[in-house]
Amino acid sequence: MAKTSQRISWYPGFREMAWLCLIILYAPLIIVMVYSFNNSPSITVWKGFSLVWYNEVFFGPEAGKFKQATVNSLTIAILAAVTSTVIATLSALAMIRGRAFRGQAVTFGLINLPLMVPEIVTAVATLIFFASIGFERGLLSILLAHIVFCIPFAYLPIAARLQGISNVYEQAARDLYATPGQTFRLILFPMMLPGILSGFLLAFIISLDDFIITNFVKGAGVETLPTAIFGAVKQGIKPNIMAISTLMLAASILLVTISYLISRMGNNRD
Amino acid sequence: MAGWITKGGNGAQTSIVDGKQHILLMPAWFVIGILLVIPVLVMLIYSFLTQDFRGGVIWEFTLEAYDQFFIDRGLFGDEPARIEWTYLGIFWRSFLQALFAMVFCFLIGFPTAYFIATRAPKSRSFWLFLITIPYWVNLLIRTVSMKFLIRDTGPLNNWLMSWGVIDDPISMINTNFAIQLGLFYSYLPFMVLPIYASIERYNFALSEAAADLYSNRWTTLFKVVIPAVKPGIIAGCILVFIPSLGAFLAPDLLGGAKNFMIGSLVEEQFKGQSGDWPFGAAVSMILLTIIMIILLFYARAQSRDNNGGH
Repeated sequence: MAKTSQRISWYPGFREMAWLCLIILYAPLIIVMVYSFNNSPSITVWKGFSLVWYNEVFFGPEAGKFKQATVNSLTIAILAAVTSTVIATLSALAMIRGRAFRGQAVTFGLINLPLMVPEIVTAVATLIFFASIGFERGLLSILLAHIVFCIPFAYLPIAARLQGISNVYEQAARDLYATPGQTFRLILFPMMLPGILSGFLLAFIISLDDFIITNFVKGAGVETLPTAIFGAVKQGIKPNIMAISTLMLAASILLVTISYLISRMGNNRD
Repeated sequence: MAGWITKGGNGAQTSIVDGKQHILLMPAWFVIGILLVIPVLVMLIYSFLTQDFRGGVIWEFTLEAYDQFFIDRGLFGDEPARIEWTYLGIFWRSFLQALFAMVFCFLIGFPTAYFIATRAPKSRSFWLFLITIPYWVNLLIRTVSMKFLIRDTGPLNNWLMSWGVIDDPISMINTNFAIQLGLFYSYLPFMVLPIYASIERYNFALSEAAADLYSNRWTTLFKVVIPAVKPGIIAGCILVFIPSLGAFLAPDLLGGAKNFMIGSLVEEQFKGQSGDWPFGAAVSMILLTIIMIILLFYARAQSRDNNGGH
């Protein structure tokens, strides 16, 4: 029976399409990684393995610029991820625990609004808003813009996790005279932690990756890593760009893997 | 099971957040309200203001921006009004590019999602992980990688020439084809993931029943499987179409200066001192309106689907 059903669900060519999909997704990334180790000033002819472009990134003439951009990016990403995770956690508690309330659907729409408005529109709206109230463009304006679009990314895993936790634990704690604060701190929060961590990491990656909105609200002279890379690419792709890209790729993959492992750990514990 | 706890005792279920929900939601309301909802409203106002040639606006009401978008009055503004095709043309081209990106993503994405959903659980989660990674990798870096790959002197042309497939490099960069490829490549994971989520819940006994009733494989696919997983397909199509429509990186880095899409048109208006802010605001407003209409239709279709079963 199992054999029949497997044959019925099988379609010729689907396996090949899936492999093609993987190749399409990964080929450009792998090629950039490989060529970032190329020992040649021309970026297209392979001349053997070397770390010369990584040396250029860390110690070359543009090293200072990229270092400053990295510091800016990391500072903004950490602050935006922490703030949006706190906001998302509070919102998830209110939305998923407790009674239905008036305006719940609207609130849900509001939390997900940053996902629905196209990035370029958010970028324009934020720029115009800051300009109209005379808010100076710089690191703070970038941070505020990032917090907004990080909220839904932090919210989704936290809400999913909270939905999976039965409320009997809180009820038991309350029956044993724990205050709401104690119940949250000692019971609910530890159980929500995998969702909160994975929400934090996703918000962190999203902030680190953002280009369009940052490019609009950053103001002159302030650069994050993506805007610095974009500026450099506009002058032509040089091998040091490929080295930086490879480093960023590695960082993203590492963070996604950690987030994946955390959420799996959380699910296995139940 | 837990009914006696929640419903028992003094009647109502209590929760640690009861009565405090509004306080807990305050930060989200404030942040998104002040930094997204109000800015969109301010943008709407700006689209009706007069352009200041030093960048920014003069606070005088005018329909100039929308007039410029839709109506052509000749070079000196004294000819009879006709429809202005320049910007509608850019919207139409962007629409087609986004549509094609959606179709190609579906053609590759559906078989991929189906294949993954029919794997054993272990290899299924590994495949899923592999598809998820590019989703989280910086879009700028992915677009730059694609630019590097398909340049005239890039690896793709070099290989094709060294294998003797072509004699001269094919010029792919700065063409509509490059934008199309870039959009397809950027948003492919957005198609696979929601379709996968739908197929994973699909009951394959339905396929067996169809086969028992002498339906062949492909009839089963089109008449049974695809209708059953339609919500996932529509979600995937929307997740590809909407960001493609407003895309900036793919047209800017792969399409060059000649192949404008909506995203580049908007960006142009805010670059440096020469920009036209009210016009940029109007174009963004028109784009936002189109997308909200699409999402509204989607929400209505979804609620109809959900209610249809009862």
